[in-house]
Amino acid sequence: MEKIITVNNLVKKFGSFTANDNLTFDVYKGEIFGFLGANGAGKTTAIRILCGLSSPTSGEVKVAGFDIYRETEKIKKNIGYMSQKFSLYEDLTVAENIRLYAGIYGISPKKRKEKMAELLQKLEMESAKNKLIAGLPLGWKQKLAFSVAIFHEPKIVFLDEPTGGVDPVTRRKFWDLIYEAANNGITVFVTTHYMDEAEYCDRVSIMNAGKIEALDTPEELKKRYNAKNMDEVFLKIAR
Amino acid sequence: MIQVKNISKHYDETEALKNVSLHVERGELFGLIGPDGAGKTTLMRILMTLLLADSGEAKMDGLDVVKNFKKIRNIVGYMPGRFSLYQDLSVEENLNFFATVFGTTVEENYELIRDIYYQIEPFKTRRAGKLSGGMKQKLALSCALIHKPKILVLDEPTTGVDAVSRKEFWEMLKKLQKQDITIMVSTPYMDEANLCDRVALIQNGQILDVDSPQNITSKFPKKIIRVRSQEMFRLINDLRAFEKTESAFAFGQFVHFTGKNNAVESAELKEYLEKLNHKSILAEEVEPDIEDVFMSMQEQSQ
Repeated sequence: MEKIITVNNLVKKFGSFTANDNLTFDVYKGEIFGFLGANGAGKTTAIRILCGLSSPTSGEVKVAGFDIYRETEKIKKNIGYMSQKFSLYEDLTVAENIRLYAGIYGISPKKRKEKMAELLQKLEMESAKNKLIAGLPLGWKQKLAFSVAIFHEPKIVFLDEPTGGVDPVTRRKFWDLIYEAANNGITVFVTTHYMDEAEYCDRVSIMNAGKIEALDTPEELKKRYNAKNMDEVFLKIAR
Repeated sequence: MIQVKNISKHYDETEALKNVSLHVERGELFGLIGPDGAGKTTLMRILMTLLLADSGEAKMDGLDVVKNFKKIRNIVGYMPGRFSLYQDLSVEENLNFFATVFGTTVEENYELIRDIYYQIEPFKTRRAGKLSGGMKQKLALSCALIHKPKILVLDEPTTGVDAVSRKEFWEMLKKLQKQDITIMVSTPYMDEANLCDRVALIQNGQILDVDSPQNITSKFPKKIIRVRSQEMFRLINDLRAFEKTESAFAFGQFVHFTGKNNAVESAELKEYLEKLNHKSILAEEVEPDIEDVFMSMQEQSQ
């Protein structure tokens, strides 16, 4: 299988504090990779490095074939990012947000128009095109934020707790979108606190105190830790 | 201990609460379970005397939330969803401040917060703004408890918190409950409903049901069949395409299936999937959980 992210002996220190302690792992093209860990385990630090927003203290990292030290701009063009906290501009309309992101990623106006029409139709949001983000239901915002994050057809999309707070039906519909993206060959790198969602990932890594304690398919992890679900696996590792 | 009768509240065109009624018994651990935007915070703010309802009545320990708001404020502790302590005061200063405002001292009620506070005491000179998420939460809970309230109201204390810390937080709540504190807690995590004595399921400003978690699931009329095969994504799509399907949703490693009119047996489902070449098929009837019930009610109410 083709590797889309390779991480070798990644270390990140803040003063005397080691946030990422010698991480080594690969992510394969088209897989849904769950990146789990307790609050403060070092997930956000690692994601920021993978997105080219922060430099490691040491170690070797390649994302979409590009070097994390020298080619961060190329990395940024080839990835998408969505977080629960920040994803869309609340005081811009739906169409304005799409235009803004398309512009940032250098998509031509012609292609943008085509894709926008297609996207709004798929999301059943044509009637909301000129509405401000601020007034939309949270479930809509999340669907749109995800679609905007992959609008430039990146190789990898990073999702940082994308489903926090939404109702159970919307949460599952969001995962339908994730599956679809993965089926289209986009690699999905996702963090979540919902342990049932860990089961939906192809492989899952679990971090604790800066280290990756376990990395495997949900099936294998449950076997190894003699647990009936991922919640139990997580509690055994992170407690 | 808490009585809510026909409370409605709107903001501009949004109806945040529609004729909500419920009550909480003394000593209960009561959960408000619902997604963002359901109306949980609005209801709590009305009970905390921070917001006026458009219509309806509410009482806290027999005191009216409008007429007796000052008395209520002395007997309730409130932990809002957003961290609302003074970021530029230290841990210790925050705690002393809240004790003083309520005319008491940290020493007087230390017993109540000891189990929680000792975990952050080593950092007592650190500014609150510099604490980690988990420590902030413990400090906020200590401050909400320092005047020994009769009723403790917690707005989404576990949102965005990892599974381990969530578990510890609920253990703390159980301990507080034993000290004769009535607790109302809101959460978007359906699995936490099982940790409450009774819950209200709330969506779009309406109460879908109020009952014990056991009763909510046992009175659910639909048959749930859990299904799995080697290809989960295809499984969901194939189940949704089946003419006798009412719903098919992913539930961790399984798909939870309900048939139209409850008329599908697991054997029939297995047969259908075998025809579609699914491998390692499992289909068996299971007890519903709160999330099944919530999703079914949610679909009906829309």
